[in-house]
Amino acid sequence: MRVAVLYFGILKDLVAAERDALELPEGETVGGLVSRLRESASKQGEGLAGIWSSLAVAVNREYAPAETVLREGDEVALLPPVSGGRERAD
Amino acid sequence: MRIEITDGEIATAEVLAGVKAGSDGAVCSFDGIVRNNTRGRQTLYLFYEAYREMALEQMRGLAEEAVARFGVRDVALVHRLGRLEVGETSVLIAVAAAHRGVTFEACRWLIDTLKKTVPIWKKEFFVDGAVWADGEAFPSDLSAGVRELDVVGGEKKV
Repeated sequence: MRVAVLYFGILKDLVAAERDALELPEGETVGGLVSRLRESASKQGEGLAGIWSSLAVAVNREYAPAETVLREGDEVALLPPVSGGRERAD
Repeated sequence: MRIEITDGEIATAEVLAGVKAGSDGAVCSFDGIVRNNTRGRQTLYLFYEAYREMALEQMRGLAEEAVARFGVRDVALVHRLGRLEVGETSVLIAVAAAHRGVTFEACRWLIDTLKKTVPIWKKEFFVDGAVWADGEAFPSDLSAGVRELDVVGGEKKV
């Protein structure tokens, strides 16, 4: 099956892409897809490592947990922590 | 409810006027503006980007939740994207109700929650470089999936 993957914020700069189309085995989950992307990114060098543990994922514009099973044509967005701006004491 | 993402200037006075009705006794508003520095580093301008369709849906959901949770009558939520100069409004929230107490509470809750869950990011352009602003960690119910993965995969967290 084929899914669209969208990158935002710092992730878009790091992977140097806004959008990707990926061919995945049937039954692949959100968690599985993140693992794949993380692995292929780590082969391309450092710089991306820290981001993966803080991501959220949206499938078809809704936050989706790791066990969500993907379907043909899904739009999967990788979302770095959002930053309308963190409130800081300093 | 007026829920918008816009590429142009936010018409603050118009949004505030539009949220008022005869039964209201109070409108509480929050005007988020571009600061001229981050931790002492001089800011030239900011660039906001969003996962637009999802951000709009999230903002609608927040406005509905604010009405249900705090019992306010109406909410306006407007966020601007693109390049913003120092002093310009990036986000405007207005909450109307019969009495003021709940409008303060709902307004505070809306901006705090928006900044954690609505997919909007900002890049800060300084005199000496540019960075994506550090986001606040996602609430655990939104990011749990990816964190769990770290445990299951036995990978070292960085």
